[in-house]
Amino acid sequence: MGEFRKNRWLNRFAIFSAVATWFLIGLGGLVTSHEAGMAVPDWPTTYGYNMFLFPPSQWIGGILYEHSHRLLASFVGLLTTILAIWLWLTEDRRWLRWLGVAAFLAVVLQGILGGLRVKLMIDQLGIFHAALAHVFLVLLCFIALVTSRAWEPVRFTGWSVPGATVSLIWIATGLIFTQLVLGASMRHQHAGLAVPDFPLAYGQLWPSTDEVFLEKINRERIDPLEPNPIRASHIHLHMTHRLGALTALSVVVALAWRTRRSVMGTAPVRRYAMGLLVLMVIQAGFGAWTVWSNKAADVATVHVLLGATGLVAASLTGVLSARSGVLARIGSSRAPFVRNVGVKINGENLAANTL
Amino acid sequence: MRKTILLALSAVAIASVSTNYAGDITGKISLKGSAPAEKDLPIANDPFCGKLFAGKPVTTTRFYLADSSGGLADTFVFIKSGLEGKTIPAATGAVHVDQKGCEYLPYVFGLQTGQTLNVKNSDPLMHNVHVTPGAKSGNKESNKAQMAGSKDYEYTFEHPEVFLRFKCDVHPWMFAYAGVVDHPYFAVSAEDGSFKIANVPPGEYVVEAVHRKTHPRGTGITQTVKVGADGAKADFTIEVPAN
Repeated sequence: MGEFRKNRWLNRFAIFSAVATWFLIGLGGLVTSHEAGMAVPDWPTTYGYNMFLFPPSQWIGGILYEHSHRLLASFVGLLTTILAIWLWLTEDRRWLRWLGVAAFLAVVLQGILGGLRVKLMIDQLGIFHAALAHVFLVLLCFIALVTSRAWEPVRFTGWSVPGATVSLIWIATGLIFTQLVLGASMRHQHAGLAVPDFPLAYGQLWPSTDEVFLEKINRERIDPLEPNPIRASHIHLHMTHRLGALTALSVVVALAWRTRRSVMGTAPVRRYAMGLLVLMVIQAGFGAWTVWSNKAADVATVHVLLGATGLVAASLTGVLSARSGVLARIGSSRAPFVRNVGVKINGENLAANTL
Repeated sequence: MRKTILLALSAVAIASVSTNYAGDITGKISLKGSAPAEKDLPIANDPFCGKLFAGKPVTTTRFYLADSSGGLADTFVFIKSGLEGKTIPAATGAVHVDQKGCEYLPYVFGLQTGQTLNVKNSDPLMHNVHVTPGAKSGNKESNKAQMAGSKDYEYTFEHPEVFLRFKCDVHPWMFAYAGVVDHPYFAVSAEDGSFKIANVPPGEYVVEAVHRKTHPRGTGITQTVKVGADGAKADFTIEVPAN
């Protein structure tokens, strides 16, 4: 207990850093939704200014989104640096100290990727930038989790999640992450909404992508933001994202159903799985709304943020479930479950917080 | 020696005669079918650009600018083939594009490879000039900030490309499109759809008309013309498919 009490402020700081990162992802969503990624052509300067001294009077149009994104990213970088140092100096768990270092390296890499995206003008870098942002968010949330009381072994007393259910959670996590990468790929095509209707697609279950059809839809599309012409690959990507959503939702439904059947009633994983299902249903709704609103920036950005939230929820549920299984196995095979102190393995007392 | 001088003089004479007989290719671009309705540009929603437009009519997209007679503006017309073996004059003078009222003016223009393009910012606010060539065109992408009152930018492009896009990411509705070809025989149709490609040497040519929206791949419709001393005429009809 003492270890977690000692880390209370560290834990709060980790949560704060994760929340700031969540907002940063939202701001990144606004940047791409407003096609403002290149509104500030230089980096790390902003229109020749030191980015922290760029006059607010000039935060106009797309600059507002891109420059705010850079400033918040710098703030998250600072938070992550402090977090890594804090962990290194105070944390007993060696792996967690190194996890702090990994978070620091990830945020540095993320900043460089963002800068290179601007300097080299390569769209694919933007996709990596988005994917790493989500991995980084999960990493910070994981640090927040393992520095919280929720990580104490006593919290897992009396429940564990079967291996098959844990596997299902990881599958759901993988599918949600894949969806996020597909979504980022769609955003970085700069082709707008490749399929403008839902639940059908150009009035069909699967639209045609032949040259005649593509020419027709491109001729008829009147969009003031003049997105790139729609190509067959854009339509396939969009439809894959829809199918992926259906698959991820199905897996989360199966997960909720399975946890109700296979996990004891008091286990929090049942609530987590149900919460994840509710989140994913809302997320699917926002996906549909994104299409119906012709990719309105605010709606599309909420869709991005709900996706990030879903990834965090699924991955942390997976981590907690896996930990419950490990602790239960240790408790049953090695020694009676030792509340609050630790477990005995191979004759050694292993402090709870080293796990 | 005398023979050589005589031959040289003859060549110069023939060349000058050729130039003298250069004619114009004129014509009209007509739109057939009913084009989709244009949409308002979101300029008024921008607090800074909105001020420049206060009290003025709302500006719309400019995809299908057709007059009452069906004349279609902003179509790039150029000689696609037939110039092989002919002396192509080097590019002279500069083409000017202005960023005014949070729009690029003109929206569609022509440019010869190697010709100077001068980009000005007349607005009291900043823009960025983002050149976004096609991946396989060979032209280079660039993105530069242009503050209010700053000096003009100059560009040259070495490879033909129809269309080479310019955009402003600060104001995401701002676009301009250049038809870049490796000779000076091109024109952009006016508001009534008319165009004139001036001083074309006599000969037979394939002339192409490309409309940015109707021909999104940059390949338009063609016809063969024979240019004589009195020039040639080439009318084009661009169809919009029925909805």
